[in-house]
Amino acid sequence: MSAELHLPASLRASTPGPSVVELEAETVGGALDQLRLSWPQLERRIRDEQGRLRRHLRLYLGELDVADLQGLATSLPEGSRLYVIPQVSGG
Amino acid sequence: MVVARSDATRERWKLEPLQLLMSSVYGLGIDRRRQPPRLFAGATSEHFGPSLFHSDDLGRTWSEPEAAPVAFPEGSGTSLVRVWQIQPGPDVEPDLVYAGVEPHALFRSRDGGISFELVEGLYNHPHRPRWEPGGGGACLHTIVPHPSDPDRLLVALSAGGVYRTSDGGETWAPANRGIQSYWMPEEQRFPEFGQCVHKVSSHPSRPERLLAQNHFGVYRSDDYGDSWEAVEEGLPANFGFPVLVDPEDADTVYLFPLVADSERLPPERRCRVYRSRDGGGTWEPTTRGLPQSGYHSIVLRDALCTDYADRAGIYFGTRGGEVYQSLDQGDSWQQVASHLPDVLSVRAAVVG
Repeated sequence: MSAELHLPASLRASTPGPSVVELEAETVGGALDQLRLSWPQLERRIRDEQGRLRRHLRLYLGELDVADLQGLATSLPEGSRLYVIPQVSGG
Repeated sequence: MVVARSDATRERWKLEPLQLLMSSVYGLGIDRRRQPPRLFAGATSEHFGPSLFHSDDLGRTWSEPEAAPVAFPEGSGTSLVRVWQIQPGPDVEPDLVYAGVEPHALFRSRDGGISFELVEGLYNHPHRPRWEPGGGGACLHTIVPHPSDPDRLLVALSAGGVYRTSDGGETWAPANRGIQSYWMPEEQRFPEFGQCVHKVSSHPSRPERLLAQNHFGVYRSDDYGDSWEAVEEGLPANFGFPVLVDPEDADTVYLFPLVADSERLPPERRCRVYRSRDGGGTWEPTTRGLPQSGYHSIVLRDALCTDYADRAGIYFGTRGGEVYQSLDQGDSWQQVASHLPDVLSVRAAVVG
């Protein structure tokens, strides 16, 4: 399925890259795997080396937090928009 | 992270704009074996995690490799929290660089500090599950390479104590004989490991001489850690974080004592670097040029350093955002910078 991954400006301030990445993936985790192939420096800002989402980040599928769905295993419908949201808890 | 430059006099400094914004930089390093020296900055963003940056143009630009430079192996279940320490290896191995990290682990680079691999011998040490985190985290914060033998290495971690290898990192043994864990029951105050060491400093040409600042306790070893003895005569307190052996004189040592772990402030609220001229046998305060009343800032474990130049400069930074410098072994101090963010790490080098 094709999806858009939207990256926060605060990430791009420290790591060069696009604000939106177009991806083909079946799941949220699959989308990040795809990001890793094209933009490895961006992907490792979002997940650690064990594939876990960083502690003070949230991933939203549309208006829903994927933590309230199936996490990284959440399926991506065609045309999904995924948003990386830095939490206030991280400063 | 901020770069300050001076001419050869080291008397007037120009500060450049802050770099690596929104990250805490615990581990600065300078590899003087390269020309120009390679700079390192272990930076952690609360949102986007830790990384290790390097600069080959003396801090004008910083970069990192595409793949994570320091990462635990996939499937280990362990994730990097922070790079605490970057330490170039001995001159005989010019591409060998070490990284000390949280959680407790040592990494080794064989390409000059671009990519690192986990030192499995220490990671798999049977003591590892029994190491506790210190107040700052479960960190391996100190790496002391032997200057001529690349197979020998000493590390210090909070709170596990000092460990050594003599086979290039395959096997490790604790080296804490004589160091006290004051918080333990009386009959268990000298355990094999578990001491809360805060920093160890060595002399570049006398590797057997080590000084350690512990969580209560200042110690000296004259046998590369085989044994330690307390050297606290004349200190106002034996708590603190940094320790530095003067590169020109192994008997000259610097400390920044704090009252206690329950009062992490300088005694009498005076900013004083304590200096010994006899390897810790006696201590004296150095005060000239430093605030001597109402002082409430402190110096963290990596914020006291030397530039290793001829007529070595000694530098320290404070949590109040000041950096001071001495070009006369602490007889007098000059302020290099003020009003910075809290200073976690300071490194200096004379180049060119």
